[in-house]
This record gives sequence, C-alpha cells and structure tokens, in this order.
Amino acid sequence: MEAVHTPTPTTNSTQAPATADQGHQKHPIGLYLKIWLLLFVLSAFSYMVDYFQLQGLLRWSLIIIFMMLKAGLIVAIFMHMAWERMALICAILLPPLVLLVLVGLMASEGGYTHLMRVIFYR
Amino acid sequence: MSALPIDPAARPEAGTTAPQPPAAAADATGAAGWRGFVADWSSDRQAFQVSWGKAMMWIFLLSDTFIFGSFLTGYMTVRMSTTVPWPNPSEVFALHVGATNVPLLLIAIMTFVLITSSGTMAMAVNCAYSRDKRNAARLMVITAAFGALFVGMQAFEWTKLIADGVRPWGNPWGAAQFGSSFFMITGFHGLHVSGGVVLLLLFARKLVRGDYDRKANYQIVEVVGLYWHFVDLVWVFIFAFFYLW
Repeated sequence: MEAVHTPTPTTNSTQAPATADQGHQKHPIGLYLKIWLLLFVLSAFSYMVDYFQLQGLLRWSLIIIFMMLKAGLIVAIFMHMAWERMALICAILLPPLVLLVLVGLMASEGGYTHLMRVIFYR
Repeated sequence: MSALPIDPAARPEAGTTAPQPPAAAADATGAAGWRGFVADWSSDRQAFQVSWGKAMMWIFLLSDTFIFGSFLTGYMTVRMSTTVPWPNPSEVFALHVGATNVPLLLIAIMTFVLITSSGTMAMAVNCAYSRDKRNAARLMVITAAFGALFVGMQAFEWTKLIADGVRPWGNPWGAAQFGSSFFMITGFHGLHVSGGVVLLLLFARKLVRGDYDRKANYQIVEVVGLYWHFVDLVWVFIFAFFYLW
C-alpha cells in the first residue's frame, strides 16, 4: 500500500501549547528516583507478607494492594501513561479489563471441576 | 518502497518547520481529558498524538498483556480445580543461608534486580531526552546487565527445582499442575527478559553509532523502555499470584 499521508494539520507539539509535552516525555530525575525508592519499599512490604507468614484475608488483601500500587506506579510514571492523552490511555488500559470476564468464567469453571473431582475421583 | 518525501507537518516527530495549523484544529488537539478524547477520535484523522513507533509498541504490549493474562488465568483454573494440596511456594523457593531456610529469598532478590533495572531504564530515557546519548547508551547497557543477571538467577532457580524433582507432570510435594504452571509462566517471562536484553544492547549500539543523530530524535529509547518496564510490570503480577499466593 502506497503511503498516503494526509497532511493532518493538527499533529504537532510545537503548535498547541497544551500538548507541548507530547513526544517529549522529559521529567525531573528526582521523580524517577522517588518512584524507584517507592517500588523498592513496596516490594519489601510484599516480601514481608510472606516472611512473617501472614495468613487469610489479611494476606490476600495486602498482596493485592501492594501489587496494584506497584503496577500503577510503573504504568503511570515509568511508562509515562500519566502524561499521555486520554485517547491512548483508554485504548491501552480499558481492553485488559475484559480479562476479568475470563477470570470470572474460569473461576466458576474451576470450582465446578473441583466439585466434580471431589465427588467422583477422590 | 514507501519512503516518499512527505510533508513534515504529517510527522509528529519532525515538527520544527511545520506550518501553522488552522486555529480550530489547534484548539481540538489542545483539549485534554474527555474533550480531548472526543477530539482525537472524531473528524477522520490521526487518533493517537504520538509517534507511530510508540503507538505500535503500546499496542504490542496490549497484546502481550492478554498472553500473560491468559497464562495467569489458566494457572488460577488448575490451582482451583485440583483436589491435591498445592505445594507451598514459600518453602519450595526457600534458600539455605547458613543453617536456616529463608523463604523466597532468591525470588525477592530477583524482584529487586528487576526493579533496579527499571530504574536505570527510566534514567536512560531521561538522558535520551536531554540529548545525552552517551549516558543513555551506558544506562541501557547497565539495564541489560541487570536483565542478564535476572535471567541467570532464573536459570539457577530452574536448575535447583529440576534437581529437586519438579517436572511439568509432577513434583514431590503435591499438585502436579504446579510444575507446568511454573515452567510455562516463568519461562515465558524469562524469554521476554532475554529478548529485552538483546533489544537494549541492539539499540544502545545503534544510538552510539549515531543512527538517530540526523534528526536528533532519541525517542526510540523511550519506546524500548516501554517494553522493559512492561517486563517488570508482568513480574509484579507473577510475584504476587504465583510466589506469594
């Protein structure tokens, strides 16, 4: 296919002041260092959950909270999602949510299989 | 051959000589949040106001999210459906230090190594945008070294587990599905890290060689960085769901 580049008049950063940052994701190095430190601390916390053998609901909730915080920091700051435009954010972050449907389906299926195994194959 | 000389205004990265756009269009791109969302998707024009390289990397990472999402969901399914107790990862992955067993020690060190590499990668991106390509390349090589260290530790972990008798079809401690989930998920992640190491070294070399000097556009470092941070991101989920759960 021959490249038909329609000269979109709106592409660039140099023209629209509000998007001057697009394509130039330059942020203070101190911010990266802080996030880095925070990721270290959060990882240490999640390791502590296992080290002190916390159990039950406390364990699951702490694991999930630390995991989500770490993932959020990596995506927002290190991957610069916090400074991207809404169109890109939605295109990338919304589709993975359908995986929750798969998780729901498979959780119900897994429970059912477990039940059948307990009844017939134990 | 499609590399026609095109209007510089159509290329987001080459913007210095672009003509002034009509005022209305500039307004549309300027809007942030939901107004910007509508503006970007309407009027039959470029939807993502980023370079194609960055957009395609994000879309690739989205597809990779589904691969790892499916792996972890499959792992959840077999773990929920087995009637045999699941081996305790805290004990399986413990290391002997002196006389005591420290739970999950190797995995914790691997996690810190990967986070450190993410930090150096972020610094490399920062250097690239300061037009400091020497330090950017240097930091990319350091990142690759941490990545290689991670893969080395993973190889050690695999060797240890195989020696302990873990196989994809069984293991000495419990549910047989433990082995297949473990080798599948960590193996695929390790493959991604290895690929990232190669990618980093390749582009560090191109950067030093001056492949991007003509336009003085070092955004490629950020695009490679996106991949690297994604590998770290996946490990966050594997660490939580496979090793800690």
